[in-house]
Amino acid sequence: MKSTVKRLALASSFAVLAIASSSAQDRNLTVVSWGGNYQDAQREIYFEPFTAETGTAVTEESWDGGYGVIAAKMETRPADWDVVQVETEELALGCADGMYETVDWEALGGEDKFLPAAVNECGVGAIVWTTGLSYDAEKLTEAPTGWEDFWNTEEYPGKRGLRRGPKYSLEFALMADGVPVEEVYQVLGTDEGVDRAFAKLDEIKGDIVWWEAGAQPIQLLASGEVVMTTAYNGRLAGINKTEGTNFQIVWPGSIYAIDSWVVLKDSPNKDAAFEFINFASQPENQAKLPEFIAYGLTNVEAGAALAPEVAAELPTSPENLEGAIALDGDFWVDNIEELNERFNAWLAQ
Amino acid sequence: MNAVSARQRGRAALLIAPLVIFLGVFFLWPLWLMVDVSIRNDAIGGAFPRTAELIGSWDGEAMPDAEIQAALVEDLRETPQSTLGAAVRTLNSQVSGFRTLMGRTANAARDLEDGQTLDLVEVDDRWAEPRFWQAIQTSVAPYTDRNLLAALDLERSDTGEIERMAASASANRLIIWRTFAIAGSVTVLCALIGLPYAMLAASVTGWKRNALLLAVLLPLWTSLLVRTAAWFILLQNEGIINKTLIGLGWIDGPLPLIFNRLGVVIAMTHVLLPFMVLPIFSVVSAIPKNLMPAAASLGARPLRAFWRVLLPLSMPGLLAGSLLVFMVAIGYYITPALVGGPNDQMISSVIAFYALQTANWGMAGALGILLLAVTTVLYLVYGRLSRGGAPTGA
Amino acid sequence: MTAFIELRGVSKTFGQVTVVEGLNLEVRKGEFLSLLGPSGSGKTTILMMLAGFEGATSGDILLDGEKIDHLPPYRRGMGVVFQNYALFPHMSVAENVAFPLEMRGVPKSETRPRVKAALDRVQLGHLADRRPDQLSGGQQQRVALTRALVYEPKVILMDEPLGALDKKLREEMQLEIRELHRRLGLTIIFVTHDQSEALTMSDRIAIFDAGKIAQIGTAGEVYDHPHNRFVAEFIGETNLLDGVVKGPAAVELTNGATIVAPDHGYAAGSRVSVSIRPERLRLDGNGDNRLQATISDVVYQGDHLRLHLDAGALSLVARLERGAAERRTGESVTVSFAAADCSVFAA
Repeated sequence: MKSTVKRLALASSFAVLAIASSSAQDRNLTVVSWGGNYQDAQREIYFEPFTAETGTAVTEESWDGGYGVIAAKMETRPADWDVVQVETEELALGCADGMYETVDWEALGGEDKFLPAAVNECGVGAIVWTTGLSYDAEKLTEAPTGWEDFWNTEEYPGKRGLRRGPKYSLEFALMADGVPVEEVYQVLGTDEGVDRAFAKLDEIKGDIVWWEAGAQPIQLLASGEVVMTTAYNGRLAGINKTEGTNFQIVWPGSIYAIDSWVVLKDSPNKDAAFEFINFASQPENQAKLPEFIAYGLTNVEAGAALAPEVAAELPTSPENLEGAIALDGDFWVDNIEELNERFNAWLAQ
Repeated sequence: MNAVSARQRGRAALLIAPLVIFLGVFFLWPLWLMVDVSIRNDAIGGAFPRTAELIGSWDGEAMPDAEIQAALVEDLRETPQSTLGAAVRTLNSQVSGFRTLMGRTANAARDLEDGQTLDLVEVDDRWAEPRFWQAIQTSVAPYTDRNLLAALDLERSDTGEIERMAASASANRLIIWRTFAIAGSVTVLCALIGLPYAMLAASVTGWKRNALLLAVLLPLWTSLLVRTAAWFILLQNEGIINKTLIGLGWIDGPLPLIFNRLGVVIAMTHVLLPFMVLPIFSVVSAIPKNLMPAAASLGARPLRAFWRVLLPLSMPGLLAGSLLVFMVAIGYYITPALVGGPNDQMISSVIAFYALQTANWGMAGALGILLLAVTTVLYLVYGRLSRGGAPTGA
Repeated sequence: MTAFIELRGVSKTFGQVTVVEGLNLEVRKGEFLSLLGPSGSGKTTILMMLAGFEGATSGDILLDGEKIDHLPPYRRGMGVVFQNYALFPHMSVAENVAFPLEMRGVPKSETRPRVKAALDRVQLGHLADRRPDQLSGGQQQRVALTRALVYEPKVILMDEPLGALDKKLREEMQLEIRELHRRLGLTIIFVTHDQSEALTMSDRIAIFDAGKIAQIGTAGEVYDHPHNRFVAEFIGETNLLDGVVKGPAAVELTNGATIVAPDHGYAAGSRVSVSIRPERLRLDGNGDNRLQATISDVVYQGDHLRLHLDAGALSLVARLERGAAERRTGESVTVSFAAADCSVFAA
């Protein structure tokens, strides 16, 4: 009886040790992206071909973003993730905090192979995506042309969709208030500028439907719940393709952002990780992405290789970049907490 | 004799050891971490040891003298980036802009040749503003009540007195209050629906009982997205309910059923109903079946019999269910985000913002403690009520 | 006899199952009537119909000459004592007893002394503030009884109220209830499946068989003169002797012997059963009838002896007082009994 207990205890402690140690060493290269259709496409054009070519197995995971997730992962190093696709702010925050390995741009073929905005000390740009004013062209006879129209509730009666939170809302409010796009962050950097943006939001406060997840604005447009909404260009193109809708985006005044690949500091698979990023940055591989989802490409050669009608749908085409600005990650890294508090207080008023 | 009982006690202790360890590791330790993280403030002292030593002597008005500036530059050069990161996050949550300021200055400091001095204002003119230095000065204490105060929209003034933040600066108090209001309405609604429902389920048998319980459990087994999509289809302006009502000619325009408080309360009630129904059901089905006939034979009309006999005996279930629903409800944030309006955001979404988006664990912890404190008080009240009240109908 | 409670042609069916069929029953004021029968014989259903928890499928129920079929339970004014007492667990003993008064709008000032007096009467005054689960089974029973009596109802209905008590306590409570009945002049209808309980307590016993009354009468009547085989077997122990009617008072048994029985009215040639209680059999030769038998077994049962007897094709059981001559197994004896002690009914 006693010996059975002892043996059981021994066996279970071995089991615990085995589980604990197996997670610490000899882990596959773990790549983390945004899940959904996007990751399905990445699997087909990056993950699986990479494994086929190099023999390096890839373990996939997905996440929903948030710097807190990365910071929590890095509390115990090495983290169990190697390569992560991050948004602008996570790149800026983590880079400042020393969370990411430094990129050797020479090994990637040189910085000039990429869009300037895609080059960073800590990360390699993967896609360019845009948030902009969108509408259902089947329902609106008179197409809106900019944020002034978004604010014009007389000519365009109905609800408007905005992403809940200060990010994007404040920039678009300033644009609607007549601030030239290139000066938006400059103005927003001052207290008066923030006041001005909130005052502008006040004008249509009662007409706004706040959305949170990327699928929501599409649904809002489709159901006619809103007459206009901010939305992600990739989602819009996707729904147009699959459902035959005619949802349009107004490119001038849109804000584009870059998602980047980063390698978490002290990754045991560091070499394989950069090898993977290199693979996913090759023009012939990147060029396959727009077939699946309408994101702009960071590799200049890849962008040039696209068919013109495909390129015309992407945030990176020269016509679409006209009047668009890049999301200022630094500004939001500095100000998100204070402005989020203020935004919540403003909403509650 | 004593040795035997001691050994028995030892063995008994061994038996509950797994429970004690489990509670310690998965409950008490995280709880303590949450408290600790909300008041601990050692990141800045750890990242800027030299500055921390000197800045106490600064008068807080003009720019600190060269010695303090040099100490800061030295700290920025010597401290590893990962240690610096946490400190900068803490500073940035007090004064916006620290992040880029420190990043820029740290780069300049690292590029500095030995022996050279760095003109901070030249690197970034924000260093000329005393508020950045003040933030460093007030943050070198190892513990702080800043997060706990901020969770209640309070802050310390320059003179150290606690005062309210400007109304436009923060809305935590309001959001907490709103959280309780939403959780409270959901609890009341769950009770109003759940009590008769549970009594009905307890009074029937066989497949009818199974069907009733299954119907109420179903939302628990459905994914959040499916459920939300269902609410969309039902409640939106062109949804089934509005179309039906308009079709019947009862209303002219669509009723606002979604993207407002009503939508949140309906959706949350739907999901949380099982937490109300099951405890009541288990209590009610244990009540002897002959008590209601007995009350009737003693002259009680059905309503009075319900009021004097069935309801008091169901009370333990109703209380337990209410507590459960309320406690689960105050933690909700995805449902309000998806079907709520601008003013239905609950406190958990603010906690999630700090924890997930900005890695400000101090604020996340402080808000968490606030929720925990309220929950604890509620639990104590519940304990009081259920001890003073009726025994379960056995 | 004026009927206080009257059931006229009452039937009750649940779906396809008929539980009570065409029942006629009259209960006098102040009578203690037991409804006795095996489980499923319909006795509890009758009680539930009287209390108003079940409606009759057909027929009428009258109380003091008035139809009460349409009255809900809370307006019938019948005190009901349930099998498991049905005390309210969240109320104290005093609150339980005060409940019916509260429901009748009796003022608080009047309620308190009445409750106290009622509890004192059953020696429970000192437990007034206890909760039911702090009482013993017997005490709970007394509280339930007190609660049903406190508002002085016209009728008390009891549904196997003593079933959960042990034997000693049960016998005590039987006496207590009988005493209450006598002292307060209550009309009690008492459902039980325990025949000795029914015999002990009742003025009359109604014996139920499959939804019908098999026989109704005083304890002595149903015991000494069962009208049918069911009653003879259900109440007490009996010897059933099958036979054929030979004359107005003569029956030929299956072992060939002919006995004299009371005038029974069956035609000659009918097949009948003759019931004779074991204690009515004698071995001293006195009596109208004699049978030759052999003792097959002797069982000592304290104050009496049980003898198992073989009389040809018949087996008999006799119950003899101790102190008579010693009897041994295998001994040949003459069994005798009086014609008046026999009951005859169709086989």
